[in-house]
Amino acid sequence: MSAAAIPSCQIIEAHAPTLISNILTLAWRELRDALRARSFLLYSLAFLALGLGVSYVSAAGTGSLGLSGFGRTTAGLINIVLLVVPLMALTTGASAIASDRERGMLLFLLAQPVSRLEVVLGKFLGLSGALIACITLGLGACSLVLAWQGGATEPRTMLWLAGLSVLLALSMLSVGMLISALARKASVAVGTGVFLWLALVFVTDLGLMAGTLALRLPVKTLFLLTLSNPLQAFKMWALHSIDASIDVLGPAGLYAMDTYHDALPWMFGASMAAWIVLPLVAAALIFRTRSPV
Amino acid sequence: MIRIDHLTMKFGKFTAAADISLSLARGESLALWGSNGAGKTTIIRCVLGLLSFQGTIRVGGRDVARDGKRARSLIGYVPQELAFYDDLRVWEAITLFARLKNVARVDLDATLDHVGIPDQGGKRIRELSGGMKQRLALAIALLGDPPLLVLDEVTASLDVCGRAELVALLGRLSGQGRSLLFASHRADEVTSLAQRVLMLEKGKVTAEVPVSQFVARLGAGSVLHLHMPAPSRPVAIQLLRDHGFAPTLNGVGILVPVPATQKAVPLRLLAEARLSVDDFELLSPRDANLSQENHA
Repeated sequence: MSAAAIPSCQIIEAHAPTLISNILTLAWRELRDALRARSFLLYSLAFLALGLGVSYVSAAGTGSLGLSGFGRTTAGLINIVLLVVPLMALTTGASAIASDRERGMLLFLLAQPVSRLEVVLGKFLGLSGALIACITLGLGACSLVLAWQGGATEPRTMLWLAGLSVLLALSMLSVGMLISALARKASVAVGTGVFLWLALVFVTDLGLMAGTLALRLPVKTLFLLTLSNPLQAFKMWALHSIDASIDVLGPAGLYAMDTYHDALPWMFGASMAAWIVLPLVAAALIFRTRSPV
Repeated sequence: MIRIDHLTMKFGKFTAAADISLSLARGESLALWGSNGAGKTTIIRCVLGLLSFQGTIRVGGRDVARDGKRARSLIGYVPQELAFYDDLRVWEAITLFARLKNVARVDLDATLDHVGIPDQGGKRIRELSGGMKQRLALAIALLGDPPLLVLDEVTASLDVCGRAELVALLGRLSGQGRSLLFASHRADEVTSLAQRVLMLEKGKVTAEVPVSQFVARLGAGSVLHLHMPAPSRPVAIQLLRDHGFAPTLNGVGILVPVPATQKAVPLRLLAEARLSVDDFELLSPRDANLSQENHA
């Protein structure tokens, strides 16, 4: 069949929805879906239970110690956040695209006047909202327990911790969505997310320790490597905000305090921002070229 | 409405669509016909901008590869089987897609009534039957009154009754000035809905014909396989030859190539001659050849 025989095609006015309107529509849908999901509810309950446990025990034991006691409680909460929030955000992000692709829903969605960028941003925004709700609920409940136990509470520190936890959640969500854009199956994506969580929480710390001993890494390299792990960046930033010091981290902490001091919050912020933006951009670029089936 | 120029789509080394060109005018109905793997779904997914391809596809003058979102705003798509959030209620799904299609107001009752599922707005999608889901997908496709409907084997998962009802509904819709591009491997659907037929085989166009010629082409390619007792076969062959057919023996019966409009004629002739037929089936020429080769 020759193309020359084909009559020309008239241009018809099309009124596609705007980028913002589609992103918000998809985000709202994603938020509702996430908040109804059983896995999300379980994560939230686990976070709440662990957080309340730490708050209750800390407040009961250190109520008379005033702000110092609250600092210890916050340090305990940091460890809870470090464990639960990345796992929750990574697995949520990892199933975001892959699960829709596997169930055939992505195909139907992308057959509508929706761009792939809108789908990625809508999902990210909606899931961010769900994670923020979960973190707010968890840390909010912990603050209430601390206040009820009569322990000294400093709302500003708690708010700061909540803000940093949100940044950590967003960075892990972003990484999860990158995994999801790459994976063909939801089970593979979630499995990869869990593996990465294990690596970030446990293996990188041990690896750094082993590397430092075996390779005699300079303290500057050790600090920069630590900073490149978003979980460590969160931990250092949170400790720094409580104590205005990260001496507790040992030689790397002391080196960082001496060398960068006032620039440290900016360095932590830059590391976290990079972990939010770069994987999300990569996810959007990969998703553009991937088949929805 | 649609213009496709030299569309080629490959999955690795496998060519799913090879140098396909076609056009579809406003109000026209075109069927993509072929067996599984012929490339029908691939062409549809390319038209929707879901797959990367070589060549150009324009929908309403919009380049699908460059301006896919705007092109898709002219299309109402119905898949083989609706796969969407099963926990959504019907009204929620319609509201969601209305927003995505920039439709300001939706009369839910009228929308559902239009596709024959009135009073189902409160049900969850998972509670709907296969036929109802397809009607919901059609209701979603019709939101915003798009000038083009793209249907991908929409009756494949339906029973006979559901299929007939949906085809009748689509027939009414296509008569309202909409263009229709649909994939099917069912000749009855093609003859009911299409004005033209693009016949596909292994990703290539084998013919583009008006629906009237499609019937003739399709029929000419059929072979009637008659199972009958061995003693009566020579008489049957002679009888059929006398009436212009070209029957051949294949050991367990007789193979008779038949035109589209005369598939039952050999059966009638044999019945009139009181020659009993135990069973019969309609084969494609390829299957008939295989049957012959297997016997040989």
